[in-house]
Amino acid sequence: MKNNSLWSDALYRLRRNRAAMLGGFVLIILVICALLAPWIAPYSYSFQDLNLGASPPSSDHLLGTDILGRDLLSRILYGARISLLVGFVATGVALVIGVSWGIVAGYMGGRVDSIMMRIVDVMYGLPFIIFIILLMVIFGRNLWLLFGAIGAVEWLTMARIVRGQVIGLKNQEFVLAAQAMGVSNLSMFRRHLLPNILGPIAVYATLTIPQVMLLEGFLSFLGLGIQPPMSSWGTLIKDGVESMEEYSWLLIYPGITFTITLFALNFFGDGLRDALDPKTSDN
Amino acid sequence: MIAIFLKRILLAIPVLFAVASITFFLIKIAPGGPFDADKAVSPQVLKNLNEAYNLDASNWEQYVGYMTGLIQGNLGPSFRFPGRSVTEMIATGLPVTFELAFYAILIALVMGVFLGVLAALKRNTFLDFIPMAIAMIGICVPTFLMGPLLVLIFGINLELLPVSGWGQLPGDKILPSLTLGFAYAAYIARLSRGGMLEVLNQDFIRTARAKGLTERMVVIKHAMQGGLIPVVSFLGPAIAGLLAGSFVVETIFQIPGLGRFYVEAAFNRDYTMILGTTIFFSAMIVFFNLLSDLAALWLNPRSRDA
Repeated sequence: MKNNSLWSDALYRLRRNRAAMLGGFVLIILVICALLAPWIAPYSYSFQDLNLGASPPSSDHLLGTDILGRDLLSRILYGARISLLVGFVATGVALVIGVSWGIVAGYMGGRVDSIMMRIVDVMYGLPFIIFIILLMVIFGRNLWLLFGAIGAVEWLTMARIVRGQVIGLKNQEFVLAAQAMGVSNLSMFRRHLLPNILGPIAVYATLTIPQVMLLEGFLSFLGLGIQPPMSSWGTLIKDGVESMEEYSWLLIYPGITFTITLFALNFFGDGLRDALDPKTSDN
Repeated sequence: MIAIFLKRILLAIPVLFAVASITFFLIKIAPGGPFDADKAVSPQVLKNLNEAYNLDASNWEQYVGYMTGLIQGNLGPSFRFPGRSVTEMIATGLPVTFELAFYAILIALVMGVFLGVLAALKRNTFLDFIPMAIAMIGICVPTFLMGPLLVLIFGINLELLPVSGWGQLPGDKILPSLTLGFAYAAYIARLSRGGMLEVLNQDFIRTARAKGLTERMVVIKHAMQGGLIPVVSFLGPAIAGLLAGSFVVETIFQIPGLGRFYVEAAFNRDYTMILGTTIFFSAMIVFFNLLSDLAALWLNPRSRDA
């Protein structure tokens, strides 16, 4: 190899990890399907054929229809948009909060650091799932609130990881040199620290997405997340459970889709971690 | 040890106080009162209700009143179930949820530690890959899917076990406990595998082997004590997760526990019930986190003397 930078090295290792590559491949297909849902879905997600009712998979409806005669495949495709959107946006929110918090705490050190990390410790010990439910009950089940609420919960670990990384970096020569040149704190964070911790951030972000999607599924399953007529995979599973005795395909296909996605994300995330940090790949 | 313990308890009190206050005021700013029912109530009835539940007083007075009650263990009346207090409802639901959580943790520990230790000892063999594949399934199949699938297979198709209930039919506790326990078994399997691998490479294990101990003694007496510390630290946060899991499992299997009460209260906007259970859950989680941290400290000989 001519170029031995961290990223090209990591890419090389990632390419050799079959499970991770398969996971990545599945993810790309899923994202494309979700983006193209309005064009590739055979029916609209709300199109009802009431005469049909719940019908098992057939050539007209590849995955069958639900009780209202809506095409399940189309609903899964449209549901992918919401589920993946929640996964990515809420992770983004968590990323922004966690990275800023961790960089400031780690770089500032001293009292600022100990107060900031104390807050993280305390928040770790609280039942956040309950607060999300509380927020959804109080302010109504709003998609943007859901993003914010989930993101506000998932940033804690990110803050810890970033802080640890920054503490490791801040006594290195290039940071000291930048300090000597009088670089402002903000550009120190942006230009010197952030690029050096992108690896761990990328890994943890990939592993946060499935957690966020699980959380959304959990809330939607309880009826506290996405509200009709919108549907996520969580709401599809909820609907499937209600009618699984007679129409088991309504539970099984959304369930399989959701599980495959989580598998893909976890495999890809694990692979990325091993590729970027070969030290941890042994256990 | 005792100093750490006292410090942590002293920290927990203001935290719980803050949780109670924040929750109280969050609920106060919520739009819509608890008596905005589907059918309108006459103004006189509404006035009497508000008076009976002290909703006419200023927010500050209500807050002071609530906090005074809280210290005495009185969480106020339920808005939706007249004549029942929140404390009473928690007392009814708690034993059920505790029993469910206990079985789940038991299943998770036995299954998880067994699979994890096995995988670590037989590293990179068939007996490592299979348990870890099972663990991956446990992590990727959420509780709200695992529960219904188990019901579909064992309850509806095979008709082996009851599909719902708790303590009414023989065997109806099996599926809920398995559902809740399986996800944690997966995490525990991964953690104990990682922990064991780390310990098995250390010098004191080589010493133990060198002095001629049987492999079983080395594993059980020496390696597991250190290798399972991550599992012990995980148990505290796991309790918080179990709670969320109990919301789902109790809803799926129609179990009259605290989790289902909470979800119902959330739907009914039974504000005193939400407030009371939130504070109660927080107190429980803070307590269990404390307990598991202390256990992990105690198990680790390096920190025992500190």
